Amino acid sequence: MDFYDKTALETGALIKSGKISSPEVTKAYIEKIKSADKEINSFVTVLEEDALKQAEEVQAKIDKGELNSPLAGVPVAIKDNICTKDILTTCSSKMLYNFKPPYNACVVEKLKAQGAVIVGKTNLDEFAMGGSTETSYYGVTKNPFNTNRVSGGSSGGSAAAVAAGLVPYALGSDTGGSIRQPCSFCGVSGIKPTYGGVSRYGLVAFASSLDQIGPIGKDIKDCAEILKAVSGHDERDSTSIKDFSYDFSESFGGDLKGMKIGVPTNYFGEGLDSEVRAAVLTACVKLKELGAEVIEFEMPIVDYAIPAYYIIACAEASSNLSRYDGIKYGYRSEKGESLLDVFFNSRSEGFGMEVKRRIMLGSFVLSSGYFDAYYKKGLQVRGLIKKSFNEAFEKCDMILSPVAPTTAYRIGENVSDPLKMYLGDIYTVSVNLAGIPAVSLPCGFDSDGLPIGMQLIGQSFSEAKLVKAGYAYQQATEYHKKTFEAMKGGRF
Amino acid sequence: MAWETVIGLEVHVELSTKSKIFCSCTTEFGGEPNTHVCPVCSGLPGVLPTLNKSVVEFAVKTGLAANCEITRYNKFDRKNYFYPDLPKAYQVSQLYLPICRNGHIDIEVNGVKKAIGIHEIHMEEDAGKLVHDPWPDSTLVDYNRCGVPLLEIVSEPDFRNGDEVIAYLEKLRDTLIYLGVSDCKMQEGSMRADVNLSVRPVGQTEMGTRTEMKNINSFKAISRAIVYESKRQIEQIEMGKRVIQETRRWDENKDATYAMRSKENAQDYRYFPEPDLLPIEISEEWIEKAKAEMPELADAKRVRYVKELGLSEYDAKVLTAEHDLAILFEEASAICNEPKEVCNLIIGELMRLITEAQTSADKISVSPEKTARIITLTVEGKINRNAEKEVFEAVFKEDVDPDEYIKEKGLMMLNDDSLVSDTIDEVIKNNPKSIEDYKGGKQKAFGFLVGQTMRALKGKANPQSVNKILKEKLDKL
Repeated sequence: MDFYDKTALETGALIKSGKISSPEVTKAYIEKIKSADKEINSFVTVLEEDALKQAEEVQAKIDKGELNSPLAGVPVAIKDNICTKDILTTCSSKMLYNFKPPYNACVVEKLKAQGAVIVGKTNLDEFAMGGSTETSYYGVTKNPFNTNRVSGGSSGGSAAAVAAGLVPYALGSDTGGSIRQPCSFCGVSGIKPTYGGVSRYGLVAFASSLDQIGPIGKDIKDCAEILKAVSGHDERDSTSIKDFSYDFSESFGGDLKGMKIGVPTNYFGEGLDSEVRAAVLTACVKLKELGAEVIEFEMPIVDYAIPAYYIIACAEASSNLSRYDGIKYGYRSEKGESLLDVFFNSRSEGFGMEVKRRIMLGSFVLSSGYFDAYYKKGLQVRGLIKKSFNEAFEKCDMILSPVAPTTAYRIGENVSDPLKMYLGDIYTVSVNLAGIPAVSLPCGFDSDGLPIGMQLIGQSFSEAKLVKAGYAYQQATEYHKKTFEAMKGGRF
Repeated sequence: MAWETVIGLEVHVELSTKSKIFCSCTTEFGGEPNTHVCPVCSGLPGVLPTLNKSVVEFAVKTGLAANCEITRYNKFDRKNYFYPDLPKAYQVSQLYLPICRNGHIDIEVNGVKKAIGIHEIHMEEDAGKLVHDPWPDSTLVDYNRCGVPLLEIVSEPDFRNGDEVIAYLEKLRDTLIYLGVSDCKMQEGSMRADVNLSVRPVGQTEMGTRTEMKNINSFKAISRAIVYESKRQIEQIEMGKRVIQETRRWDENKDATYAMRSKENAQDYRYFPEPDLLPIEISEEWIEKAKAEMPELADAKRVRYVKELGLSEYDAKVLTAEHDLAILFEEASAICNEPKEVCNLIIGELMRLITEAQTSADKISVSPEKTARIITLTVEGKINRNAEKEVFEAVFKEDVDPDEYIKEKGLMMLNDDSLVSDTIDEVIKNNPKSIEDYKGGKQKAFGFLVGQTMRALKGKANPQSVNKILKEKLDKL
């Protein structure tokens, strides 16, 4: 039975109906990972025996009627910056090459409680810093559409694994676009939830005020269901919102009459690849056909989003990554005589270039004499961006934009030009600065056959609305299915 | 030239909350190394802090006791530096918006009253401890203390000598103990003081260059360190040298301070707002509630003991100097309604026993119920003063039950008048000479006869009833 083109929910339904068992599905996916991932390199750790054991336990519970979740028995991959008890959690860094957390992240607990079967941990840019998964200590994750191309990042492993059919769905994390951009590059769907919607407990922090965990799946319906499964208040995370739960019951079906979609014209100006522009504007027409009203306006403040983002994200990162000092866990250099040597050498040898660059940048903007000029100004811009989005949402229900200015670029093309790499985040980072949600959906292919993604941005906790628009769009289009058609026939 | 010493204090106190500031680990002192730790306080990747509300309550109470303004909207910040005892490589503290500001604590030295300004009080987490001893060439880290809540109480530079500093520290210590927010044990490190000191010519308003002294672990050592350091700075200046702004360590054994690190190449802590914790908003109701729950502090107790309970100034001062004594006094008095008796027993007996046993008031286990029972028995004439002391000592040493002990040792006074009467008859019969003397008007003889009766009754008779019965019998003769 071929179920690689089945969504997570379809797979869950097959398991529930008894047509296939969780161990069968799990075994098949693991076999596929073992053969295909040699080329893609989307996994850092594959849990072969452990996954089968989980699957059998889950199946026993399903058989007894103790598990009723739509995701019960369905395999999942977890980005390797999310803690899994007694299972390597490396953040794709040499620094944590041997780190096995003694606890599960909140999202992992929640998935396990619903009978998810964790088959492995996926590759990412080191500590989620990057947009191509090229900064991983464990090698680049290649794009399943073209293995000379990057998969995007930082959740490149999760997006590529879903796109290549190595797993029905995966969890990623998004600090400045790390779910949305690889989804766009690999032709899959993803949600960056509202800040506070999903507990960060167990997510290894990159930039605490921006990080959110979210789903990556074959379509937006899967993503919504997964988001529902992993969200909810967690008292261990003070920033997780109380008294709220996602309700997607109105999201699946109906047209988009009465919905106002905003298009900031400055998002479609210079620097945007013409094929990407054309695809996103075509999607805009499609949304109009589905009943939405489209309004145009300008959001000029977003031009300051990239500097503000890199100041704030790096400042927080420089502090968050200080704990990796070679003393307690992780990598410790053999070299050196003194305590300072242990600190210096372990960090110099344990971190890669991009991480070091951001730690230095962050330390600089926080240092005395520069704090006001950089960090404080960054916070002020952040406030203005929030305000600007709030004003926009008085005029429209959601904003349509590209996810990235280009499709997946060549491996090695941007790695030596950090500024060019950072500019690739132009459409995504302001969403994190504002703490609002956005979905990433496939909306076309370029002339090289590489996927193009579009983004719908909404106000805080308006995910149900974004999913409704995304679902209507995916009901009316085939782009999200093309990915799996492309992968059919044992391409990997 | 006449010199003036200017001193400011930074006092750290560990709060006696049950659990740590950001996790549920115990704050208990001691314990095998690294047994009071969890992923949160040991700073593993991916963990997040959650604020212990009691820490905020304790901070608010302390602020109110120190006459501070409570910052309604306050926040935590991260102080970044690398050290093995700091597992996250940053300490969560408060820089920009501390919870309490602009207060004062009133002290009295040699009858002169003075208000010491409190610049701010902020909440923060403690670090772990490095252990250098067990193996040569290695240093180990014990994270048990990581995340124990601290208050840092920063005074204004209002002190001019060591006596003022000690008076302030004693007052602060008493206040914190009375509030129940800290046990303030310097030897266990739950109260630590850093002394900032500078000197300047008398009359000059500008401050001199200051040094900071750390690692002083007793009031006595603080006094000595202040004397030493002012003298050292004055000597430096008089020799034409300048005082270097630096951190100095007090060496108890050498009775001297020595330079640790110069502030001139001081660390940049790169403070910034802690993104993992929400700002703390303190409502008016919260503050009102904290005010209502404020216990009576030492000064107020002292006044009340004199005014309402009729104790002497001296006794009131002795009782309130130790919170545990004051509490024992109040609870025992409430039961037996004999405050003066309780006071006498505590000051006369209990304090002697504590000194003899080389212990302290916080470690004893004399219950107010037993203390009150002993006093009731004494006041009612059931036991005499000597028996009172004996029973109390037994309670102090072995925690005996007073009634059982009295019964066992036969300390109970005789209430059987017929036995007294019979004994007096016997005494009269055996002492005809004294009877004659009495009849002849010699009052001394009466005392002798009382003494003979008491001796025959082994001192257990009530002297009043012996007097009464003897007089009646003699008058009838």
